Amino acid sequence: MTTTPDVTTTPAKARHPLKTTPRARQRLPRRRNWAGGLAGWIWLVIVAVPLYWTLITSLKAQSRYYASNPLVPSADPTLDNYRLVIESDFVRYFVNSLVVTAGAVVPAVVFSFMAAYAIVRGRRIRGLRAINGLFLMGLAIPLQATVIPVYLIIIRLHLYDSLLALILPSIAFAVPLSVLVLANFVRDVPKELFDSMRVDGASEWTTLWRLAAPLTRPAILTVTIFNALTIWNGFLLPLILTQSPDRRTLPLALWTFQGQYGVNVPAVLAAVVLTTLPLLVLYAFGRRQLLSGLTAGFSR
Amino acid sequence: MTNLTRPSPRRERRSILPWLAAPALVVFVAFAVVPLVGVFVLSFTTWDGIGAIHPSGLDSWRAVLTDPGLPRALWVTFLVMAVSWAVQTPLSVLLGTFMAGRQRYRAVLGVVYFIPLMLSSAAIAIAYKALLDPNFGLGAGLKIPLLSQDWLGRPGLAFGVVVFVVSWQFIPFHSLIYQGGVQQIPKSLYEAAQLDGAGRIRQFFGITLPQLKYTIITSSTLMVVGSLTFFDLIYVLTEGGPGDATRVLALDMYKRGFQASLMGPASAIAVILVLVGLALALLLRRLGGRDAGASQLEGA
Repeated sequence: MTTTPDVTTTPAKARHPLKTTPRARQRLPRRRNWAGGLAGWIWLVIVAVPLYWTLITSLKAQSRYYASNPLVPSADPTLDNYRLVIESDFVRYFVNSLVVTAGAVVPAVVFSFMAAYAIVRGRRIRGLRAINGLFLMGLAIPLQATVIPVYLIIIRLHLYDSLLALILPSIAFAVPLSVLVLANFVRDVPKELFDSMRVDGASEWTTLWRLAAPLTRPAILTVTIFNALTIWNGFLLPLILTQSPDRRTLPLALWTFQGQYGVNVPAVLAAVVLTTLPLLVLYAFGRRQLLSGLTAGFSR
Repeated sequence: MTNLTRPSPRRERRSILPWLAAPALVVFVAFAVVPLVGVFVLSFTTWDGIGAIHPSGLDSWRAVLTDPGLPRALWVTFLVMAVSWAVQTPLSVLLGTFMAGRQRYRAVLGVVYFIPLMLSSAAIAIAYKALLDPNFGLGAGLKIPLLSQDWLGRPGLAFGVVVFVVSWQFIPFHSLIYQGGVQQIPKSLYEAAQLDGAGRIRQFFGITLPQLKYTIITSSTLMVVGSLTFFDLIYVLTEGGPGDATRVLALDMYKRGFQASLMGPASAIAVILVLVGLALALLLRRLGGRDAGASQLEGA
């Protein structure tokens, strides 16, 4: 912190650079972040090459794949690989992923929002403080370490190999971070607004949905996006809690497809592209929203 | 008058607020807190995952603690954590600083940079597995011997690949956090430093880095605690191999429990995983004095 500006000394020191204004003005724009720029371009190559290779290879015929230059797109691209993937029941896996994601994210966000509201508004209630502490503890513990008892509970509930088996633990795993982020935003709602709602005779339930929810909509969207990405891409829970092929979600289906067609590299990569496509479409349309959603809990 | 009217709405609030927290609490207790207690209990039993569960005292713990696989898995977990932190942090700071700039082409680069954030660990691992294949991968296709090594077949190389792919997947996330951090640094600090004649590098070490202190702690917490849960990526990429070169704790737990049907010892490993996570979160909180990050953030 040695270079922290001291306001009182700046005028005296400023006189010196002012004399050399033309040179200084020339120098300023040229003072590029060259290390950052270099890293930026190198990183672009590192990120783009595997993505580009995956995409162009997925469009090559398997027979041509081994002979062709891997970085040159095929002269006659084919969609045969994609056909093979879709014929391997990927529509069903897509629907499964959709059901699990929607079925877990909606309750997770609604429950977490209600809990966040209660925790902020009921700060003085000891029980709610304890509940908040419990959720915070959930942040510090790698919840994947609990999968063995989760598996046991799911078996005992006769839910093994069902989509509900994936939904219930996904909600639980989403709660701690969602409550933390949402509570941060509910806390920012001016106290006067709550007071005026109370003067108007509104119940907590009404205040929750009519006042707090609209005012924290960006945070709700953020938490929804974050949880949806996490659950859509989840692998461990489907791996241990389902068994039949028709209960697979996309990441698990991708993995078994790779096990089956491992040698057919273009087909495997077509499956990779296809399972990623829905998220890339979302990314294309709502990139800003998605990215701010990913970091909202941490950059505050 | 106000003193007289106040208690009644508060009493009313007391009655409803805890109920708002109830749904989140019930799911969280059922599928996170009970399993957390359950994993301790199961570590004192014998269970093959299908049949009856028998109490067996300290047998599982004795088996796990005398198994040379445990110190090995702890060491690999620590190495993955430390090396991927050391690789990701400087690059993320550099890229975050670069992305916080205003040139338009940076925004264009940004579109590509953040694509990996959308992809599932399974998809990334499968694409890299194909790309790194010594016979059919990118290196073999380009006929560059240096690139067509048996990347996943040799212990040292496989470890390096895991760190590289982890970085490829998560650097975008952390540079996003740093980008937000850099944008919050007051411009006046830089202007003053420039008037003081501080160069680009001195500005970086004198202003940018100290101002990013809390961002560094947040990002590091997420990296370190999150690294305990790199299950899907490593499982799909190497299955912990070759040998046990990339067999981290989470993988050790899964293989003992769900592949070798030894749920007792697997639960003991899970308990160790929970303790390591808690210890790290406490340590980092002491260092940073801020909320410990979420563990299940980086893929569940």
